[in-house]
Amino acid sequence: MAEAPKQAPAAAGRAATKKELPEHFKAYKHVWVVVECEHGVVHPVSFELLGEGRKLADKRGAELAGVVMGNDRAAIAAAAAAAFEYGADLVYTIADPALAHYRNEAFTKGLTDLVNTYKPEILLLGATTLGRDLAGSVATTLLTGLTADCTELAIDEEGSLAATRPTFGGSLLCTIMTLNYRPQMATVRPRVLAMPERQPGRSGRIVEHPLDLAEDDIVTKVLRFVADRDSNQAQLAYADIVVAGGLGLRSAENFQLVKSLAEVLGAEYGGSRPLVQKGWIAADRQIGQTGKTIRPKLYIAAGISGAIQHRVGVEGADMIVAINTDPNAQIFDFAHVGIVADAIKLLPALTEAFRKHLSVNRLAG
Amino acid sequence: MHIVVCMKQVPDSAQIRVHPVTNTIMRQGVPTIINPYDLFALEEAMRLRDRFGGEVTVLTMGPPMAEDSLRKALTFGADRAVLLTDRFFAGSDTLATSYALAGALAKIGEEFGKPSIVFTGKQTIDGDTAQVGPGIAKRLRLNQLTYVARIAELDLAAEEITVERRAEGGVQVLSTRLPVLVTMLEGTNEMRRGTLEDAFRAARTQVVTWSAADAGITDLTKCGLRGSPTIVKKVFAPSARAEKAHQIPTADLSFEALAEAVMGEIFARQPAIEGDLMRFSSGQ
Repeated sequence: MAEAPKQAPAAAGRAATKKELPEHFKAYKHVWVVVECEHGVVHPVSFELLGEGRKLADKRGAELAGVVMGNDRAAIAAAAAAAFEYGADLVYTIADPALAHYRNEAFTKGLTDLVNTYKPEILLLGATTLGRDLAGSVATTLLTGLTADCTELAIDEEGSLAATRPTFGGSLLCTIMTLNYRPQMATVRPRVLAMPERQPGRSGRIVEHPLDLAEDDIVTKVLRFVADRDSNQAQLAYADIVVAGGLGLRSAENFQLVKSLAEVLGAEYGGSRPLVQKGWIAADRQIGQTGKTIRPKLYIAAGISGAIQHRVGVEGADMIVAINTDPNAQIFDFAHVGIVADAIKLLPALTEAFRKHLSVNRLAG
Repeated sequence: MHIVVCMKQVPDSAQIRVHPVTNTIMRQGVPTIINPYDLFALEEAMRLRDRFGGEVTVLTMGPPMAEDSLRKALTFGADRAVLLTDRFFAGSDTLATSYALAGALAKIGEEFGKPSIVFTGKQTIDGDTAQVGPGIAKRLRLNQLTYVARIAELDLAAEEITVERRAEGGVQVLSTRLPVLVTMLEGTNEMRRGTLEDAFRAARTQVVTWSAADAGITDLTKCGLRGSPTIVKKVFAPSARAEKAHQIPTADLSFEALAEAVMGEIFARQPAIEGDLMRFSSGQ
């Protein structure tokens, strides 16, 4: 079995639940965020992570660094500048033609080398298809702990990263720690953390690093990239208003009522997990623990019971309005406004009310 | 061609209950299933076998009762099943799990032929980490293809594979050399119904059961709790919101009037939304 070389074993003993950080890990300082930059665009989750990373770094009295890997130097410079404005003190960059598109081999090599050279204490990535692909490889190469899909990051009294995540489909939360290995790695899904305030003009230093990997040595080739024509995936997660339906709609046809209201509001629409399982909506419209996490200003949930798996995906909304016939539905435990009514009847009335209100006021204006 | 599919037996999450006092998972009576995401991997593996010839081996690590999942996979049409079970594996996190599975995969290679493709599901429904597949790939130096939506081409003579991989905002078409690790995206195929013949064959098939030692895994410090860099510090139930939802009274109201009341409540609580809507509406 091919295994990466490992440094001295960490504290021995069963499940080393006490912090006994080996000497060689004590040089590991600072908080890093991998800044995902594909096709010249920084994924918003990277800024969300920088906002959270800033807090962790301040608590640790450490610096916050971004990591930008790519080929296009202008795009890398732009991503680094944005990282500074979202809180980074410094940015490590690797520019190389082999990093033009995301590929596991090249990105794993780049990030692993950076970690081994500059030794971060905490390494955060977005739980995107890129971040999850990369984090798993890097953690295994470094033989360190990695916690996926965290919903909360904190520093405990001993200075360790306490990463909290839902487990068993969101029925429980658990706090996971990597006490005796470094870096402590975690991924966080888009929209779980708040977007920090951008500070225009804020700057920092750039540290360039080579990749040292020839294209010929990379087995995997990117033949082409087919952009989604309807990239509603990102739009749903970042929409200001979201209308969603659940089994209370009773049929696939009735889901149209959700779409109609969404249309009048200029909103995105989605649904709970059972609707995906029944094939009423596409998988990329699923909202919840195993679907999208949303943080809209307004979330209208129609005929959704509010199982915990749904709740963890919508809790970040500024305002949750729930419509359900069952007065004891769980959704009323975390919604701000509740209406015990049949969504099938109320949705069209709401659509009409908003339409009228908007057209009247538009005429008046 | 030899294909190995790594699967996990998981509790049916729809039926999980949490003990209200102790905050622990009440496993008693909760049925177990094959992790649903793994079925897409298994079906894809069998389709490739049916097309190119060869064998599909299913591998799982877990308690002895995980044999049920393997038996189920055999009835779907897998050719061989390997159960890796040992108390030394208890409490494994994803790093320790990938260590054990990589060991078993190496042993499978020695005993039954080196796999050209190792499949896993996208992630499990209980852990949801998506980390074990990449971990296996790294340890066995397999080329890693995650979130695969479609296997476009497989050229066994040239030992090349081309796949469509789900990426952020689009699909990457990747080509690489065998052997590979593929994590299969959900919804990419539909599990077949096993034939009667498969059911009979499954009943006759002995599940290969290996302990750590049987699989040639000797460094037990890398297994189970001891081999896991992460520790679970705390498990707790999500806290209830202090206040319940403000209920808009519905009695004796027409749906029109109720809709007006709901809209009024939204604008009263979030005045900015009304302005946003006006701008959106005028822009149309």
